[in-house]
Formats: sequence, C-alpha cells, structure tokens
Amino acid sequence: MDKNEYLNLYHQMVVIRRMEEKAAELYQQGKIGGFLHLYIGQEAVSTGLVAARKPQDRIITAYRDHGVAVNVGIETRAIIAELLGKATGISKGKGGSMHMADVSKNFWGGHAIVGAHLPIAAGLALGDQYLKEDNVTICMFGDGATNIGFFHEALNLSMVWKLPVLWVCENNQYGMGTAVERASAVSEIRKKAEGYGMPNDEVDGMDVIKVKEKTAKMLAQIRAGNGPMLLEAHTYRFRGHSMGDPERYRKPDEVSCWEENDPIGIYRAYLTGKKLATVEELDQQDKLAEAEVLEAVEFAENSPEPAPEELFTNIYVEE
Amino acid sequence: MAEITLIEAIRQAMDEELARDPDVFIVGEDVGVRGGVFRATQGLYDKYGSERVIDSPLAELSIAGVGIGAALYGMKPICEIQFADFIAPAFNQIINEAAKMCYRSNGEWTVPMVFRAPYGGGISGGLYHSQSVEAFFTTPGLKIVIPSNPYDAKGLLKSAVRDPNPVLFFEPKKGYRLIKGEVPEGEYTVPIGPAAVTRPGSDLSIFAYGMMHYYALQAAEELAGEGIQAEVVDLRTLYPVDRATILESVRRTGKALIVHEDNLTGGYGAEIAATIAEHAFTDLDAPVRRLAGPDVPGVPFSHPFQDWFMVNPQKIASAARDLARY
Ligand SMILES: Cc1ncc(C[n+]2csc(CCOP(=O)(O)OP(=O)(O)O)c2C)c(N)n1
Ligand SMILES: [Mg+2]
Repeated sequence: MDKNEYLNLYHQMVVIRRMEEKAAELYQQGKIGGFLHLYIGQEAVSTGLVAARKPQDRIITAYRDHGVAVNVGIETRAIIAELLGKATGISKGKGGSMHMADVSKNFWGGHAIVGAHLPIAAGLALGDQYLKEDNVTICMFGDGATNIGFFHEALNLSMVWKLPVLWVCENNQYGMGTAVERASAVSEIRKKAEGYGMPNDEVDGMDVIKVKEKTAKMLAQIRAGNGPMLLEAHTYRFRGHSMGDPERYRKPDEVSCWEENDPIGIYRAYLTGKKLATVEELDQQDKLAEAEVLEAVEFAENSPEPAPEELFTNIYVEE
Repeated sequence: MAEITLIEAIRQAMDEELARDPDVFIVGEDVGVRGGVFRATQGLYDKYGSERVIDSPLAELSIAGVGIGAALYGMKPICEIQFADFIAPAFNQIINEAAKMCYRSNGEWTVPMVFRAPYGGGISGGLYHSQSVEAFFTTPGLKIVIPSNPYDAKGLLKSAVRDPNPVLFFEPKKGYRLIKGEVPEGEYTVPIGPAAVTRPGSDLSIFAYGMMHYYALQAAEELAGEGIQAEVVDLRTLYPVDRATILESVRRTGKALIVHEDNLTGGYGAEIAATIAEHAFTDLDAPVRRLAGPDVPGVPFSHPFQDWFMVNPQKIASAARDLARY
C-alpha cells in the first residue's frame, strides 16, 4: 500500500464515525425516523474487507450497512439523504437506513430480515461459478444471524457446491439485547463452520490492517477455487442496537473497556508508530471528513422529498 | 377505571395469565432481559423468571415450532414474533403444523397457543418493518384476532391464551402508545368470535379492525359533524369471522365501506365484500366499497411515501362521504 491508500482507509473510517454521530443527532432532532442502527465501533471491519476486495468482488450485508456504503464509495451526501428519506438518497428514499445499495459499486445491499441475504449471497456466487468468473462474494452478517436456519442452509450448500463466498461474521457480542453465549450453542462462531467442514479463521475486528490482510489471504484462496471460507471478526458496537436502546443488558464498564480499543485510535497509533503518517496529516484528514459530512448533511436537508408517483415505480420490470 | 395504553393492556393480559396458569409461558427474541423491543413484556422476566419468560435465539421458525411442540405436550405458550414481517420463516410451522394438528389427529392433538406479532405501518419502519400479514393466514384451524383498543386487547388476549386452538394475535404497533382507553381492575375476558358495533349509524357501515378501526371512529366523528351517520363495526376476530353482525349492519344501512391497511388486492377486505355480495345483495343501495393500502410491495421508508401508502381518518372520511352520497 502506498501512503495515499493508508490515508484513504483512515479517511473512510473517520467519515463513517462522523457520519454516524451526525445521524444520531439528526435522529434525536426527529429528522430521521424509524430504526437507525449505527456502525460506530465496527468501522475497521467493513473498511478492511472492502479494502481487500477487487472491484469485481461483490459485497452484501445486513441492515447495519452505513459503513459498507461509505467504503464502496457511495457519496456521503447520498447516504445521508437516504437516511432523511430524500429523493436524492441512494435508494431514492424508498429504503432508508437499512437498505442502502449500489450495484454499480458491487454493493448488493443492506438487508433487514436477519439472515435472509445469506442464501442470496450463495446465489450470486453460484452465478460466478456457473460463468467461470473468478469473483468472490463477501457476505457479512452478525453473530445473531448465525442462529437462524438461513445461515446453516447457506453454509452447507455453499460448501457442498464449493461456491466462491467469503462468509464474514461480525461478532459484536450481542444480537440486539442478547449476549452471544445466551443465544448460540458455541460462542466461537467460527466453530459453526467446522460442522460443515468449512475452513475458517478469526481476526481482531478492531484492527483495520489485520482485517485487510486476513481478508486478502482468504479471498485469494477462494478465488483459486477452494470453495467458501468463514471469517469471524471480533468487534463491538459502541452504541445501542439501534437508537433508543436503553442497553440494560450490558454494563457501562464493558462498553468503556471496548471503547479503549477504538478502531480509529488503533489505526492512528499504527500509522504514526510506523511513520506512515504524521499526527498533523491525520488531523487534516479528520477536518476533511468533518467538512465532508457537514456538506452532506446540508445537501440532504435541502434535497427534495420523493415525488408521489415514485410509490408505484419499479414494482415490476419497466420495459 | 384506569386509562391505559394498548401496549400496557397487552402486558397486563400476559401478566395475569402467567399468574393464573403455571402452564402459560412466553418465548421470543429479547422478551426477557430486555422486556421486548416494544416493551410488551417489560417486568415479566423479573416477576416470573427465565423459565417462564424465555429469551430465544434469533430463529422464528423454531420459536413457532417449539411453541407448537410444547402446546402438544399441554403447555400454553405465547410466542412473540418481534415484528409481523419476521413471521415468514415460521410460516410452515403455523400453516402446515399448527393449523392442521387437530384435524389430522381426529381431535386428539391440540395446539393451545398464541402467536403475538406487532404489525402495520406509520412508524417509519420502512419496507420490512411495516407489513400487515393477516391475509396470509386465513386458513381453517387457525384463529386470527386483531384488537383496536386496550379493553379488547386485554380481554381478547386472555381469551386467546385460554383458547384450545392456535390463535394469531396481531397488534397494531402504531397504536401501542397512541391508543388509550379504560380498562377495569380485575378479571374479565372478551370472547373470540363476535365483532362489535362500536358506533351506531344509519347512513353506511364502515367495517375495519386494528389501527384502521381507530381511524374509522375518528372519521365517523368528523362525518357526524356534516350530518352523515356512519356505523362503525370493529371486526376484532378475522377468522372465523362474525358474518351475522356484518350482514345485520349492512342490511340496516344499505352501504358498506371496508377498510384495511394491507394491500387492496387479495387483502382481507375481499372476503367481507364477497360475504356481503353473496348474502346481502338485495339490501344494498350502493356498490360495496373497499379502501385499503395501494398494491405496492411494501411501505417505503420516506415520510411522504408512508403518508401516501397509509389509510388515515381523512381518506376514510372522504371515501365514506362519496359512498353516503351515492
Ligand atoms: C428474521 C428476523 N428476526 C428478527 C429480526 C429483528 N432483529 C433485527 S436485528 C436483530 C439482532 C441481530 O443481531 P446480529 O445478527 O448479531 O447483528 P447486530 O445487530 O449485532 O449487527 C434482531 C433480532 C429481524 N430483523 N429479522
Ligand atoms: Mg451482533
């Protein structure tokens, strides 16, 4: 990686962080409605994954999807406009927070029904296998999602058919208010892959470089035709499950302990420690990110609402 | 009598049934420690413990499935599906298993249980957190109940828990805190089956349930100011439906407006329209009118989309006005 690439990863992570903080504010002001799941604390996972993929590799995730949206290069203004339900949003206001997508960037969406996108990811990978393309589908999901049938069916099938999928579990320790060990028979999620004979690995999900390196290795093996693999990224969401979560299920100490492992702080220390960037350069990136987010909010707030007739578009393929 | 919210009435019903019958238990995602995402089970975990208010893994198929198995055993489970939108993975268990158990065993196997699920739009939930699913479940062997006010919600849920059959209990989540009403202290139930004429009138009959019934009452109030007397009927039990009350009302008023939030085509209202057409045709003074959600696949997120999708008191009043003038 050259210096710009290192700085670019940093920039992405800070944009996600600032954007999410801003989104929380907009939610509290009543400008964003419904359900808002923030990615704060998990930035290194999606940033590392996307950094390791080739542009032709697909990525697909659950509803905690704002991070991936930034990483694949959707404009911040189109993301915030979507959160506000504006016509200029990436899904034209139809989807909102949970359903960001941009197929031109090989981002196949946020998905709100937990687990339902896993068999779909397998189907995307089947297309590549069928046409003998050497692309990989990266499918992200939470720890909670590994308890529903979709996960088990998709893992088994992908292994039997040797589909080119990298299954990535973001183990942030909780599915809503339920701790992993209260809901999953094994707390080490990657062991579930072993039941299907699937090679698997784990990574510190708070360290973007480690995520990127491990992902790159696994993608290469999958691309070589070795079948699917599963990666468990250990991470933590610093905020509640969604806005308004009273978080009675975890102790403030636990949260602050993880907050000391801030993925942005870890990466800053890495960059300065390895003399890949100076503190001034990183501060400059912080300023740029802040400005980008503020500009995006202004754009989104001044954007038009969707037009009524859009309610009836795209129900079927329009010819 | 105390005035309470719809969600509090639902919570009280479960609290009282847990206290009354040790065979009753609750199972669902985050119903325990967290008290449910909408707080329907708040405090019940502390009161009854983890064995009777059970946090399940994220697995709707199995929430329904273990509920059915435990009900066969003789327990009386209340299975919470966090949003009606997430009931789809459990569809097989409910339609192929719960609904057919009694019939396939010549009455030997029974499934005395309740599936509770919040449904409906109006809370900016977007495509996958706003759906109405009642029409998918109209199948013999199941009962479908949708309350529209706290009194009925409490009384009907208690009846559902005691019913020897599987009951789907869909709750209008938009109304959880919005709809308030008086609920007496102490024990009462509301029977599953009968519809209720909640406002008498002579010019037309409005048939609705859940959130739309709440809105229909508001519309009727507005119409009264204009001299139109709308009768409002709360269906309450959708399956098996109370045909007698529907027909009696429409025979008197000669006009029927059927309102629901779900999509128009294939929606539950079609069944009511057909019933009226078959049995009260000669009493009609106007074609049966349906007012329902538009035929789009979901409720899109943005506020204006949601407003266009949702039926509201103004839309009901306007449709009723047209019908009254016919
Ligand atoms: C089929 C289904 N069941 C339940 C839900 C409600 N729900 C949304 S997120 C969630 C927890 C998921 O936890 P996890 O997979 O660990 O993802 P995280 O939120 O931690 O990112 C639940 C229960 C849903 N959206 N879909
Ligand atoms: Mg999780």
